[in-house]
Amino acid sequence: MSAIASPFPEAPPNWNLPYRGKVAMACLIIAESAIFTIFVVAYLFYVGKSLSGPTPREVLEVPIFYTICLLSSSLTMHFAAKSLARDRAGAFLGLWLFTIVLGGLFLFGTAQEWHRLIYEHGLTISTNLFGTTYYSLVGLHAFHVTAGLIMLLAVAIFAFAGRVRMQESHRVEVLAMYWHFVDAVWVVVFTVVYVLGR
Amino acid sequence: MSSNAITVPGVQIDEKPWVDILHEWVTTVDHKRLGILYIGYALLFLVVGGIEAIIIRIQLMYPHNDFVSPQVFNRMFTMHGTTMIFFVAMPILFGFANYLVPVMIGARDMAFPRLNAFSFWLSALGGFLLYFSLVGANGLYGAGNAPDVGWWAYAPLTAPAFSLGHSSDYWTLALLVSGFGSIGTAINIIATILCLRCPGMTLGRMPLLVWLNLVMSGMVLITITPLSAAQIMLLVDRYLGGHFFDAQAGGSAVLWMHFFWIFGHPEVYVLIIPCFAFMSEIIPVFSRKPIFGYPVMVAATICIGFVSMSVWAHHMFTVGMNSYANSFFAITTMAVGVPTGIKIFNWIGTMWGGRIQFKTPMLFSIAFLFQFLIAGLTGIMLGCVPFDWQLSLSYFVVAHFHYVIVGGILFALFGAFYYWYPKFTGRMLSETLGKWHFWLFLIGFHMTFDLMHIPGLLGMPRRIYTYEPGRGWDTLNLLITIGAFIQTIAVLVFVANLLISYFKGDKAGNDPWDAWTLEWSISSPPPAYNFASIPVVTSRRPLWDMKHPEDPDSRYE
Repeated sequence: MSAIASPFPEAPPNWNLPYRGKVAMACLIIAESAIFTIFVVAYLFYVGKSLSGPTPREVLEVPIFYTICLLSSSLTMHFAAKSLARDRAGAFLGLWLFTIVLGGLFLFGTAQEWHRLIYEHGLTISTNLFGTTYYSLVGLHAFHVTAGLIMLLAVAIFAFAGRVRMQESHRVEVLAMYWHFVDAVWVVVFTVVYVLGR
Repeated sequence: MSSNAITVPGVQIDEKPWVDILHEWVTTVDHKRLGILYIGYALLFLVVGGIEAIIIRIQLMYPHNDFVSPQVFNRMFTMHGTTMIFFVAMPILFGFANYLVPVMIGARDMAFPRLNAFSFWLSALGGFLLYFSLVGANGLYGAGNAPDVGWWAYAPLTAPAFSLGHSSDYWTLALLVSGFGSIGTAINIIATILCLRCPGMTLGRMPLLVWLNLVMSGMVLITITPLSAAQIMLLVDRYLGGHFFDAQAGGSAVLWMHFFWIFGHPEVYVLIIPCFAFMSEIIPVFSRKPIFGYPVMVAATICIGFVSMSVWAHHMFTVGMNSYANSFFAITTMAVGVPTGIKIFNWIGTMWGGRIQFKTPMLFSIAFLFQFLIAGLTGIMLGCVPFDWQLSLSYFVVAHFHYVIVGGILFALFGAFYYWYPKFTGRMLSETLGKWHFWLFLIGFHMTFDLMHIPGLLGMPRRIYTYEPGRGWDTLNLLITIGAFIQTIAVLVFVANLLISYFKGDKAGNDPWDAWTLEWSISSPPPAYNFASIPVVTSRRPLWDMKHPEDPDSRYE
């Protein structure tokens, strides 16, 4: 039996395509950006159009501490992913847990702010247009932080079980992309709600 | 014979009990089965949406008809529009993309098979939610039992005060859920195309169908999501007492219109671009020539993708925007016609000088070219602001967009069915029944939708449940309804063809059309793993290279 010639030509050398996880996360980020854009547009469109109080200037306080928490969690996340890529499991776990704590602090800050707004100022989602747009936009972001924290916790649990190794660092980087996106969105939300909208 | 049963996949399945078969289909993560599930599910809803269209047409057959009540009429046009766009056109195109993209780029499955199944079942749940409103929407005594706010659901019709019960909520949830499904599938298609191409399949060698589905999926990411966002806002309004679209509290009904059409207009291109993709595969094969102007086709598609994002407010000229906004959206609307025109020239350029074979897929494709051109021209007419002020919300608009959706999308889809059915099932569709289907549908289509322009010009508004006699609309409406029945008969011929050919059609073999893309290099239907060994390509027409090793395309590209 002579070997049958392959109907297809030789494979080209160096045929490398991007990692599907990163491409998919980039797509998800594009889609999420469109959702946030619509909510931001609605917020900006309705600034100053509420027919009754309270207004943003009366009740909103700029959450500088919690903003620093969230933004620095991006840094710790970055270094955590880098540590994993260099096979430093201990540093990875430490930085990862620190990221979770910082994200948790941010969520706590949002909860505290909402509690104050609802119980001290009587501002709910149905009070006026400011309430509707504020709770929707900030709530949508807080929802994404929560979803991110759940995923971070899942990775932490796997890491404690010794299942997150250097070989998995490309997967951890996909999660890191999401987390950086959530932080970047907060920069926009912060600017819109606490700077432009006040 | 037993070796046949092993080498030909699908044969063993017949011997299993039906519960096992059902279980396999429900739990499948195979892109081909999910593709067929998408298509089957869409065909089911096509029948439902078609019945609704027939009810609308019977009601409008002659003046002062009382076939259905005005309330039922409102529900019918709402359900017809929502069903046809979200639960027929979207899933059927995703079904074809699901099936064809991996086999055309030499991959064994989609990038995320389980996400693929999840997206399908989300879309399916959306459709069932919409129709569950028929039994579940009676929240209050006397409240309607199906959405009746029109497919674009303008505020304040959806406000709790005007839409009692839960019908609008079912509409909102159905679109939200199926929207998440669409985003999942779009992400999957993009990841598949970018990450799973077989060796040698550079971006410039991908079949145009793959390119166009890549652009379509990219558009889905940024067009479906605004709708999802708007639906979330509507839910906040209806359930949490929010004021996004509540004019009583300073909210804006026009904002909803913007959000809806930011989705709504690019959505038309999301639906038509996969149809362009079918044309770009079918026309070259039946003209026996490679596609004319491949790079220009890709560039024109990407151009359409961008420009179509900035035309949405031409749906809103009668709202009373300022003259700058009107001019801007009129200009962009004209501009989007340019890349579309380039495509039509390229398809004609492909046919020019070719040895054209008038098989059924080609007949549908040629009809598509003419009808889509006319649909585009009436679109340019409606893009002229003064003309639109006169004819917005008239039957002229209804005729225009049905020309796009039926004359364009549906004709292209029928062509795609005749072209790829042999690959999906291993059997050819009957050419005789196909010709009957084509000619009956063509006659019915033109009888309905050519004539429908005229009552529009004569001032007949859309969404009216009846009209006064003696306005010159009577005979036209009767003829339009007769045309609708001819289309129904044609679709029944098509369904009969699908069923009869499945059991009695000629065996297709691997490559019944002597085509050039990778899906025809494998058996029909393809095995679960698609390719026994992953192919390597060196040109845009790998099968041409295989069949003509003395004169491969790669020499010229």
